[in-house]
Amino acid sequence: MGELLTIDNISVDYGAIRALKSVSMHVNEGDIVCLIGANGAGKSTLLKSIVGLVPLSEGEIKYKGELISSVKHKVSTDNIAKRGIALVPEGRRVFADMTVEENLDMGAFLVKDPAVIAKRKKEMYEFFPILEARKKQKTRSLSGGEQQMMAIARALMSAPTLLLLDEPGLGLAPLIVQEIFRKITLINKENNLTVFLVEQNARMALKNSTEGYVMENGNIVLEAPSKDLLVNEKVKRAYLGS
Amino acid sequence: MSFFLLILIYTGIYALMAIGQNLITGYGGMLSLCQAGFYGIGAYATAILTVTFGWNFWATLPVAIGLSALFGLLIGLPTLRLNGDYLAIATLGFGEIVRNVLNNWVSLTNGPMGIQRIPMVEIFGFQINPYRKVAFAILVWVFVVALYFIFKRFAKCRLGRALMAISEDEIAAGSMGINVTIYKVVAFMLGASSAGLAGSFFAVYSLSVTPGSFQFMTSVLVLCMVVLGGMGNFKACILGAFIIQFISYLPQLLGVTNLVPAQAKQVFFGLILVVMMVWRPQGILGREKFTYVKKSAKGIQEG
Repeated sequence: MGELLTIDNISVDYGAIRALKSVSMHVNEGDIVCLIGANGAGKSTLLKSIVGLVPLSEGEIKYKGELISSVKHKVSTDNIAKRGIALVPEGRRVFADMTVEENLDMGAFLVKDPAVIAKRKKEMYEFFPILEARKKQKTRSLSGGEQQMMAIARALMSAPTLLLLDEPGLGLAPLIVQEIFRKITLINKENNLTVFLVEQNARMALKNSTEGYVMENGNIVLEAPSKDLLVNEKVKRAYLGS
Repeated sequence: MSFFLLILIYTGIYALMAIGQNLITGYGGMLSLCQAGFYGIGAYATAILTVTFGWNFWATLPVAIGLSALFGLLIGLPTLRLNGDYLAIATLGFGEIVRNVLNNWVSLTNGPMGIQRIPMVEIFGFQINPYRKVAFAILVWVFVVALYFIFKRFAKCRLGRALMAISEDEIAAGSMGINVTIYKVVAFMLGASSAGLAGSFFAVYSLSVTPGSFQFMTSVLVLCMVVLGGMGNFKACILGAFIIQFISYLPQLLGVTNLVPAQAKQVFFGLILVVMMVWRPQGILGREKFTYVKKSAKGIQEG
């Protein structure tokens, strides 16, 4: 299992405010890595910096050993998608005026062969049966949980090597969050897809991942296998509420 | 009758611009307000090349189209990072710059006097002058129909899909692997070139061009046509061009020009837009739905 994503000492500034302070982490192939932390800790900024949505002020990010972002060199968001990193953005960002099916077609924008698109869509409908039932409906009319599943399915349509999830459980009922995390683990096992997720719901994230990072005020303060973090006293006190 | 033909010809010229505007605003979701600028560039390209350099009209057409597309690229690259109102203001500024340059670059454009005596169009020795209105109307509308099919084709292929995604959510579109900048700039250039084409026809129809023809109001009218007909629908924006042009000339048609001041139509357009926004924001015909991948997918299920 090689290192798929390497984040080396990156810093990100929003004007005078330093959102990320020399953050280093790595994602190994086949793992589900989670990053937990409170609101405003810099979790989303980290994901955004991976896909080239925010510029770095220090450090570099490598994917499959290739430089994808540094202070001087920045690969554009669409090129990062072409290399196999799919992002499920925070707040889902579905194409609300398109139907579910059109959204999935959009996810396969880089795939030119219609046969491949049709095959993947079929797989997605098998994996998320609710989407098949809703496929002719405008995405606007879907519930939050359905929209989240659709956003994940849309990201999977490009058959990525690395899936980035930004707060997949945000604003959803606990049962739906559980269902979504179950699906994420399943995708990881069945397709050997590497997943990197950012989540405020620490317990859910740690239970369903292999490696965990804890972020506070733009710094990584802890790094350990998820099962160790679940019993870590500090994590328990600060994030698990027990 | 001849007055109706005049309206038909101007509708055609405006429809060319509206088709371009529809690709920019209706599909790309970019609020651009400088079709008049590209219209002016196209018109002056034809006027200067035919009068000063003695070119044939048909030879100036590609230059007018190419030049407006080039300016579309130059103005698009820096401004298309802006969204919504900011883009509208930046493009509005560009339109005004074009008009001011046309007004003040006297050695090239002859300033506010404009360029007169533009030679008439000829096809195989048959002169299509503004007095042969039927022939001219056919000429313009042949181009409108051709442009309609070409742009519809663009909207149906990857460009259209990408633009729809971009107009809904740029970040999501980017993470689908869509190069947001390139698609936006290409759409902007195509839209600009359609206005350049319209400008060429305007030049050879009126046989003279002055900077006063390329006012900001022209851009607003074109935008009105698209919004009124229905954004994201090429047929609708041609319909919008008809309606707006017809209303523009209504006082003349009814013979009441001495009763209705010329500015009254602007009040009327404003009123139409407000009523449309409240009662039918999608426009008269609404967005046209394309099925992109379905056809091929169906073939697979059958096969």
